[in-house]
Amino acid sequence: MAELQATAAATEIPEATGASPDAGSDQPAKIAARNVNVFYGTNQALKDIDLDLGGNEVTALIGPSGCGKSTFLRCLNRMNDVIDICRVTGRITLDGEDIYDPRLDVVQLRARVGMVFQKPNPFPKSIYDNIAYGPRIHGVANNKEELEEIVVTSLQRAGLWNEVKDRLNVPGTGLSGGQQQRLCIARAIAVSPEVILMDEPCSALDPIATAKIEELIDELRGNYTIVIVTHNMQQAARVSQRTAFFHLGEMVEADETEAIFTNPKDERTLGYITGRYG
Amino acid sequence: MARQQHEHIVKSFDEQLKSVNQQIARMGGLAESQLASAVEALVKRDSDLAGRVVNADTGLDNLEHDVEEAVVRILALRQPVATDLRDIIAAFKIASDTERIGDYAVNVAKRALALNQMPPVQPVYTVPRMARLVQSIVKDTFDAYVERDAEKAIDVWHRDEEVDEMYTSLFRELLTYMMEDPRSITPGTHLLFIAKNIERIGDHATNIAETVHYLVTGEYIEGGRPKGDTSSYAVMEPPRPDEDGNGGDDE
Amino acid sequence: MSEMAQTAEEATVRRPDLSNARLRKRYAAERRFRLYGLLAVLAAVGMLAVLLGSIVLNGYSAFLQTHIALDVHMDETVIMAEGDTPEAMADANYRALVFKAIERRFPSVRDMGEQRELHRLVSGGAPRAIKDMVLDNPALVGTTQTVWVKADDEIDMLHKGYVDRTLPENRRLVNDRTLGWYDSLREADLIELQFNTTFFTGTDSREPEQAGILGAAVGSFLTLFVTLLLSFPVAVLAAIYLEEFAPKNRLTDLIEVNINNLAAVPSIVFGLLGLAVIINFFGFPRSSPLVGGIVLALMTLPTIIISARSALKAVPPSVREAALGIGASRIQTVTHHVLPLALPGVLTGTIIGMAQALGETAPLLMVGMVAFVVAVPSGFTDASTVLPVQIFLWSDSPERAFVEKTSAAIMVLLAFLITMNAVAVFLRKRFERRW
Repeated sequence: MAELQATAAATEIPEATGASPDAGSDQPAKIAARNVNVFYGTNQALKDIDLDLGGNEVTALIGPSGCGKSTFLRCLNRMNDVIDICRVTGRITLDGEDIYDPRLDVVQLRARVGMVFQKPNPFPKSIYDNIAYGPRIHGVANNKEELEEIVVTSLQRAGLWNEVKDRLNVPGTGLSGGQQQRLCIARAIAVSPEVILMDEPCSALDPIATAKIEELIDELRGNYTIVIVTHNMQQAARVSQRTAFFHLGEMVEADETEAIFTNPKDERTLGYITGRYG
Repeated sequence: MARQQHEHIVKSFDEQLKSVNQQIARMGGLAESQLASAVEALVKRDSDLAGRVVNADTGLDNLEHDVEEAVVRILALRQPVATDLRDIIAAFKIASDTERIGDYAVNVAKRALALNQMPPVQPVYTVPRMARLVQSIVKDTFDAYVERDAEKAIDVWHRDEEVDEMYTSLFRELLTYMMEDPRSITPGTHLLFIAKNIERIGDHATNIAETVHYLVTGEYIEGGRPKGDTSSYAVMEPPRPDEDGNGGDDE
Repeated sequence: MSEMAQTAEEATVRRPDLSNARLRKRYAAERRFRLYGLLAVLAAVGMLAVLLGSIVLNGYSAFLQTHIALDVHMDETVIMAEGDTPEAMADANYRALVFKAIERRFPSVRDMGEQRELHRLVSGGAPRAIKDMVLDNPALVGTTQTVWVKADDEIDMLHKGYVDRTLPENRRLVNDRTLGWYDSLREADLIELQFNTTFFTGTDSREPEQAGILGAAVGSFLTLFVTLLLSFPVAVLAAIYLEEFAPKNRLTDLIEVNINNLAAVPSIVFGLLGLAVIINFFGFPRSSPLVGGIVLALMTLPTIIISARSALKAVPPSVREAALGIGASRIQTVTHHVLPLALPGVLTGTIIGMAQALGETAPLLMVGMVAFVVAVPSGFTDASTVLPVQIFLWSDSPERAFVEKTSAAIMVLLAFLITMNAVAVFLRKRFERRW
């Protein structure tokens, strides 16, 4: 693996997009992580993570609290940059481009890799402005009509249009929890990202709202690469095609979701998903 | 082979799983003894024993019903995954197979009752040999289940071929016999059905072995099922008047 | 684990004591606690009421001023002695007109000394009032007009009942003769209380009846303007930088500690700094709102920085994450989302800092804003004073009439402070958003 990385670093041609050790699908990985280590100060949060995330499929990251799955997710759009003491080593490529390359602008990266957070966090602005904000700052729309079109299609895609079309001017914070989360998803897809990262998007929602989000994730899968962190294993089983299990900062096992949930290879995965002492 | 499993954090889940496993083991034991008793009733021409076998079948049916209920409850309430899921699914399938084994044993006992009304026929002694083989297969299958032993399950699975071959030869033997002596047609037919039932028990045991293999490894047994039963293609010509021979062996 | 379970099983079940005695005890304790709290609140409110009450009782009469009606003959020989141009008329001896009018009212007073006493019935500002009348309307020349002129502060005190008539003459503010004249004016209904506009339009004066707070109020306004202009942008920028951008290390920790210490520095030290650096070193004009404003800005900076930082800190990180997650830069995140949400808190902190600056006296004494200024300052470099310093000056004056002026000035200052705090509350309520 070390050699592999050395060659990858030496030649700019990213081999990580090619056939990879644990890729389940035949298409090249959308995001490839190699030897990723994350430190918070002296504390190592992630150890040598190698993981491929395939395009147009949903990858679920599961694992007990503090196992590093959210940390890993936040490496993918460099949200960890905000934390002073956080240090990331190794290589993460998006379509073969190293996202930790100093020449790469983090704002542009985040326009390509959108994020939805655990707690629905719409801006305290109108529903319209919530969605229009991203396109505005990234110059997606050339005029007002285009912007309006983006808002409408984003809301439609997020399955929220029929519920809010009459009240685009009310604050987004006035919606119900599930609607707020779908608003956040609509806001994320308004800038047409290639990847959407979701950090426990349903942990604050009731089962019906959760089901709507899951249905939405399934629909979005065709156009986006989705990575979802979840504590709810049934949810991982329901929405994802591939599942990666994290434990104590290590990526223990990544495989087709079906395989993980019927016949996991690793003892720790088995212990975790069946609810045993491990 | 069986992995050292940790206990579930939720203890009642462990208890429920354990109780299902125990019920399956009891069903296995019951099915074994039903088969043994039925064969004994046949060999010793013991109508009382055959009657007891017929009556004892409800116990097996009730157990199967209990297992089904427990499985549905666990599926609904615990949403088991991985080994737990396989455990539950296996229990469900094995219970159903075991119940069928019990039914076949009852069929054997019933036909034994009928045979007891008639004079004994020769091949009745071949049947017990086949029955003993099937009995050992059933026993080993359930041992493999209790021990979670995939190797043993594969072993058992292969042994079913032997049963099938035995059945085919018994089939021919009985046909020959019946052709020679029309009076033996009634007991011969009964015996034929008994043999068929025992052969079916072997098939169900094979099913169980496959399930045990899946339960333990999470994978299905590779390759097609061994088939030694060619009786479906067996053709026997009745002896021509100009020939005294039985001609039973040409095909 | 199993041992614990065992002991738990073996342990006898101890049920809670549900007796009424415990219940009564608990209720009694709760009642006692509430009573203490109520008493504490009442004590605080009581003290405030006493303070405000004494100020209002002392000061309300300053908003009224005793006036005396005089029949002033606008004698053209006096007014136009030097000619009929406005300049010449302005130089005329209006004093003589006023004195003549008083003497006509009391023709029996002939003695020169007594007449001088008689002249002191009216304020020294009365001739000026007559002059303004005449200059406004030259047609009045040659006529006789009944004019309400201000009474002298001693008569004012007498009329407002602050003079004890039972005292022997030598210990009394007003002598018997003056008392007699006052009584005769009073019987003739020629003396009455009128609204004291001078208090709001005048500047400081040695004569209490002519003293007003306009000069001090304008001085305060100019000073606060400078303070706001300097401290608000600097403090907000500093707070944003420290809170949102600065790396967390020893240096920023040191800065933070120092800012907190700065907030605790006695204000007079800032005054000394202003005197030593701004006036003596940079040579800025002494006593000016500019210098006062700079000094107060230095004093207010830490207050605003601290409150602005806490307002920024109170903005939930989820808002920052949301903005960053969608690809906003850090500046965009702060200016589009964090700052608007923190603004009510920042403004509240600023207004409270301003209110503090408004009430500040000590540092301004050091930079010379304690001067006796009779003109309304017209610019940032004019000599001026401020409201609290004016209060300080008046409280120091020997005249009895300045007592009520002091209280009245305090009321005006309190009114300003309450208004500013109300604005702060309004802003907080208006812009506060839930998230």
